[in-house]
Amino acid sequence: MQSNTWIPLFPDQASSFAWQIDYLYFYLILISVAFAIPIVAAILFFAVKYRETDKFATPDEIHGSTTLEIAWSIIPFVISMTIFLGGALIYYNQFRVPEDTMEIYVVGKQWMWKFQHGTGQREINELHVPKGRKIKLTMTTEDVLHDVFIPAFRTKADVVPGRYTTLWFEPTMTGKFHLFCAEYCGLNHSGMGGWVYVMEPDDFDNWLAGGGTGQTPVEIGKDLFNNRLGCASCHAGGANQRGAKLEGIWGTNVKLVNGQSVKVDEEYVRNSILNPSGQVVEGFQPIMPTFKGQVSEEQLVALVAYIKSLSNAQPNTAPMSNPAPATPASNTNTTAKTAAANSNK
Amino acid sequence: MQNVDAMNIADEPKVNYLTNGFSLRSWLLTKDHKRIAIMYLITVSAFFLIGGLYAATIRLELLTPQSDLLESGQYNRVFTQHGVVMVFFFLIPVIPAILGNFLLPLMIGAKDLALPRINLLSLYIYWLGGILTLWALMQGGVDTGWTFYTPYSTTFSNTYVMAVGLGIFINGFSSILTGLNFIVTVHTMRAPGMTWFRLPLFVWANYATALVMILGTPVVAITVLLLAIERVAHVGIFDPAIGGDPILFQHLFWFYSHPAVYIMILPSMGIISELISNFSRKKVFGYEFIAFSSIAIAVFGFLVWGHHMFVSGQSVYAGLVFSFLTMVVAVPSAIKMFNWTATLYKGSISYDAPMLFAFGFMGLFLIGGLTGLFLGSMGLNVHLTDTYFIVSHFHYVMVGGTVLGYLGGLHYWWPKMTGRMYSEFWGKISAMLVFVGFNLTFFPQFILGYQGMPRRYAAYPEEFQVLNIFSTAGASVLGLGMSLPVVYLVHSLVFGKKAEANPWMHPGLEWRTASPPPTENFDQMPVVTWDAYSFGEESELDIEGARKRELAKV
Repeated sequence: MQSNTWIPLFPDQASSFAWQIDYLYFYLILISVAFAIPIVAAILFFAVKYRETDKFATPDEIHGSTTLEIAWSIIPFVISMTIFLGGALIYYNQFRVPEDTMEIYVVGKQWMWKFQHGTGQREINELHVPKGRKIKLTMTTEDVLHDVFIPAFRTKADVVPGRYTTLWFEPTMTGKFHLFCAEYCGLNHSGMGGWVYVMEPDDFDNWLAGGGTGQTPVEIGKDLFNNRLGCASCHAGGANQRGAKLEGIWGTNVKLVNGQSVKVDEEYVRNSILNPSGQVVEGFQPIMPTFKGQVSEEQLVALVAYIKSLSNAQPNTAPMSNPAPATPASNTNTTAKTAAANSNK
Repeated sequence: MQNVDAMNIADEPKVNYLTNGFSLRSWLLTKDHKRIAIMYLITVSAFFLIGGLYAATIRLELLTPQSDLLESGQYNRVFTQHGVVMVFFFLIPVIPAILGNFLLPLMIGAKDLALPRINLLSLYIYWLGGILTLWALMQGGVDTGWTFYTPYSTTFSNTYVMAVGLGIFINGFSSILTGLNFIVTVHTMRAPGMTWFRLPLFVWANYATALVMILGTPVVAITVLLLAIERVAHVGIFDPAIGGDPILFQHLFWFYSHPAVYIMILPSMGIISELISNFSRKKVFGYEFIAFSSIAIAVFGFLVWGHHMFVSGQSVYAGLVFSFLTMVVAVPSAIKMFNWTATLYKGSISYDAPMLFAFGFMGLFLIGGLTGLFLGSMGLNVHLTDTYFIVSHFHYVMVGGTVLGYLGGLHYWWPKMTGRMYSEFWGKISAMLVFVGFNLTFFPQFILGYQGMPRRYAAYPEEFQVLNIFSTAGASVLGLGMSLPVVYLVHSLVFGKKAEANPWMHPGLEWRTASPPPTENFDQMPVVTWDAYSFGEESELDIEGARKRELAKV
């Protein structure tokens, strides 16, 4: 990981924003040195120049200087504001996920990382990603707090039980980079890591095609929705529809019975499955049973992916960022009813 | 009216606080703030030794990339216990409970703290919390990290979370009572003429610290209580499966634990102001600015807790506010640094052991403070948090800052506390070893952190080993430097030269009474007619007066 040539003390700059963080780091080192050298020099100079010549001498009193105090309050304040603004801009970029990302689902578990690609490829403690594409991790955990940390990408984010956190990056260098768990998670915390492999996009597509034996998250979700959990019996539309329509709602705001409205996103769908009576959509009865304890975090991720697919919110899970051909996922852009019919064939 | 009391005592035969009764009972039931301070000194030092042994174990384990000395379960307990013992039983109480307790009444011309029984109670509470914690550590310890993050601590850890939590809960009351006592004392017990702006800066610093103690500590007590309820009854405060929020715990925890850093560092800054002034024989430059910067740090310290959670999924906008406020706190800290430096200007500087510790403090605090800016800046924080960069930063601030200030203060006031002079030579050696050892231990960790080595790892990738070897080597120098005072200070108790009332020729009130002081502190109620740190002739005459009175007693 120390393969960069000019300063061996830094990890590789392997993501699109790594250089920004390094530049901010250099700026801070510069400020620190510019601040520390005069102070240390002054202390040493005074300590030598004004060293005691006479035991218990009483030098002239100097009370202080308001002008100096104001000057050395304002100057550090202004400098610290430049540091604040630089850090805030970079942070804002890091946490504002762009639209055209390739989505990978991450589930943390004591003590391993489980990754699932949009095409269904699953990996444990290894993550293959293509160079030059924007990648979004949608992350949750089955147990305690974890934290995805990839030093070469200069990014990390906590993975929190009961909610989805996201992290995005665009790898800019092929190679093998450390992946760590940075939030203490118990016995084998220091063993909970692995590697991120950044590949040329073509190699990545081959890799993805080669091992893609499993179902995609959308397919798994669809199977759960239609067959295994019976969601379709209420949500599949038609005369018997007792539950809210799910087609076309992703990313919209729905009105709730209590008059509030809520945006349909990962968090909302997850909550509606686990705690359905919490946020009932206007016009419906709170009759849906909870699925808490019946679905695992990985199944929830799949259900979310499927429900998302019902609203044509597909580019995110497309395996390739090139003008998307018909992927398995976008084929499901039909009504739930026909989807159900298809899956029953 | 207190004047009258003081007059009466002046004619009594002279016993100092140490010779006023030798039975165990006379110590355990004392209401004398000085005796209580000495009992704190012994027990807090014992906890420092325990925490230090854990630290040594951690550094030995990290000498090699594999977890070979300890298996990971043991390692997790060792770093947790190192943190718990050091933070709650050493760093937080060390200066207020020992030096603050001993000196606050002496410095403001009072006979004791305002609430002497409460003071003894706070010591007993500290012991109770400490014994419970030690018992839990011996039974098998705790492995949650000193931060006790949920849901690991509430649902997953099989260790003694409850017992250690209870120990910390109990110990918190000791802190609250000490803070309360200091505030009441500074408000009500100042000698005639001791106005607020004549208070020594160590008193200001302890006053600001006391505010943080009584406002912040109840929050950690409540947090630990909620943790216990959640762990036992599982009611869903922090558990998302039943509607709770694991991030809520972090908010509550850091609302106390960030200000707790100021409980550690503010009193130390007070000591540094005293030392720099004394050993350059100058009034502290910009006294009012230093006093108010302590208060400013205490107040702003309550508004920055969210900077521990930039990567936790907290909202971006909350993060912006916390980052901004964190940067604001840098200003009063910078003011102190500039003022201390300016105090040296045209002084008459001597390099006694306490001053060497003060110089060391300035160096370490400079590095610790500046690296705080790295972590307060959100973009960098994302990369650096939970790595060795943060381990290094908080050791520079909390340990470098607090321990060097404490050791400086302990050496400076040792003659007053014990009536004996220690070996100046060994004191200087210790100060230098601590400074060099500290930097050798922790500076490599900044680089390790930027390279990406996560904290709390029992085993780590091999490329991190070289810097870890430096760090462990430094730790052994640091350990030696910290052990020396145990030897020569204890040695001085028996073999040390007898100390004068005022060995440093300082105008402060604590030097205008015998060393060690009598039980009632002053033979006569002092009347203050001078500003703090007036090394001018007028006050020197007073010192002469004090010395003559002292000679007359012998």
